[in-house]
Amino acid sequence: MVRVTHWITVLSFFALLLSGTLLVFSHPRFYWGETGNVNTHPLFTIPIPSSRDMVPTGYGYVLPDHNGPSRALHFQAAWVAVLTGLVYVLASLWNGHLRNNLFPARGNRSLRAVWAVFAGYFRRAPTNVADARSYNIVQRIAYLSVIFVLFPLVIWTGLAMSPAFDSAVPAAVDLLGGRQTARTLHFFVSALLVLFVVVHVAMVALAGFWSRVRAMITGRAAVAQESSVEESTAVR
Amino acid sequence: MSKISRRKLITGGLAATAGVSGLAAAAVLSKRYGLIPPDCKGIFAPGETLTYAAQRLLTTHSLAREFPRSMISKTPFANETPHFNDAFKLHQAKGFLDWRLDVGGMVAHPTSFSVPDLKSLPLRSQITEVACEEGWSYVAEWIGTPLVEVLNEVGVLPQARYIVYFSIDPDWWDSIDMADALHPQTYLTWGMNNGDLPVSFGGPLRMRVPRQLGYKSVKYITRLTATDNLKGFGKGLGSPEPESGYAWYAGI
Repeated sequence: MVRVTHWITVLSFFALLLSGTLLVFSHPRFYWGETGNVNTHPLFTIPIPSSRDMVPTGYGYVLPDHNGPSRALHFQAAWVAVLTGLVYVLASLWNGHLRNNLFPARGNRSLRAVWAVFAGYFRRAPTNVADARSYNIVQRIAYLSVIFVLFPLVIWTGLAMSPAFDSAVPAAVDLLGGRQTARTLHFFVSALLVLFVVVHVAMVALAGFWSRVRAMITGRAAVAQESSVEESTAVR
Repeated sequence: MSKISRRKLITGGLAATAGVSGLAAAAVLSKRYGLIPPDCKGIFAPGETLTYAAQRLLTTHSLAREFPRSMISKTPFANETPHFNDAFKLHQAKGFLDWRLDVGGMVAHPTSFSVPDLKSLPLRSQITEVACEEGWSYVAEWIGTPLVEVLNEVGVLPQARYIVYFSIDPDWWDSIDMADALHPQTYLTWGMNNGDLPVSFGGPLRMRVPRQLGYKSVKYITRLTATDNLKGFGKGLGSPEPESGYAWYAGI
């Protein structure tokens, strides 16, 4: 269940990232508060050309418009990601994955334990047996933050941009401080998710990209990998 | 090993059966309760339908957020001014005195309204936000005649499921379902911020659908048609927007 939901999430995340990026091109200006448009001061502007000629960008040309299909893809992928996430969280609660593998283990709830993991990373120490079977404390904190902080935030700020959803649940946007704040936060939370993916993939690459990917697909290679790790530590 | 795979097989089989029958039941129910959008076609049909159905169930009677007068944008943005055709320019030269709104289709008494006729019906105002699909927005006071008042005046028939509205530009039209058409904040708008509705913002007459993105609020409205089927309009997708991939339902 963890593996299937992981790969569905990977697919929908890339669909969301691609379509979201294309949508930003139609208005690469961000604001704070309820309203904002080309007649008001932006909080910041991304220095890219736009797909609309009404947006001042400093570029002498206008990009083609892909907003229609991008938004359709964004929403379809969002539905897939949200439903998959729901299945993952419910299954993880049910089968103990959350309790056993994600919630920090009793002996590891200290800064010292976190630092020990980083120290291991910096020394490029070989993975120990326990880490090959489950996640270390840094992984647990990172995964928990993504699952229970960044994903809920990105869903919330996304929904807050829907005028119809806001009519039913006005607090969704009012608590954030306005529609444009929701849009800006949606952009920042997405950037944090991208940062997580970059670090995550980099760590996988350091651990041996294809063996890890194979393990995440089949679940079996993990055992083989584990025993070879055990052997190598035994040799040492 | 065989024990585990048998259990997995049974659980998987049950889940798949439940999923398939659930989908089938959902399809029947959503068709019956009008939860399938007219542009339900192509690879994005599941996403569009889920969004429309979920929001219809959640928002049928909810009101778009209204703002205090102090939050009216000092610098609203009218967006690109369309290329006006000769018919519009003629109306503009005559100060829009002859502007008509023709209401027909599935109604008991097809009627042609002038703007003063509309103003003689109960009028309302709302301070709501225009949220463009591109991401920008502004808040303004909109003064107009609720569409429901016009529909009551012409006696819209109970079998009508959509209201199609046409701009003076023949390529610019759109439609909404009855949940939005009968919604108290859906206006035929002729005033903005205590004055007449400026041409750049859609004057003399603009449809305002505040629970959907700005592109559903079509400018320069001249004609309304009540219908039970959108097949006969354009390519049958509810508006020209879905032809370039934009969703017919833009509550988002």
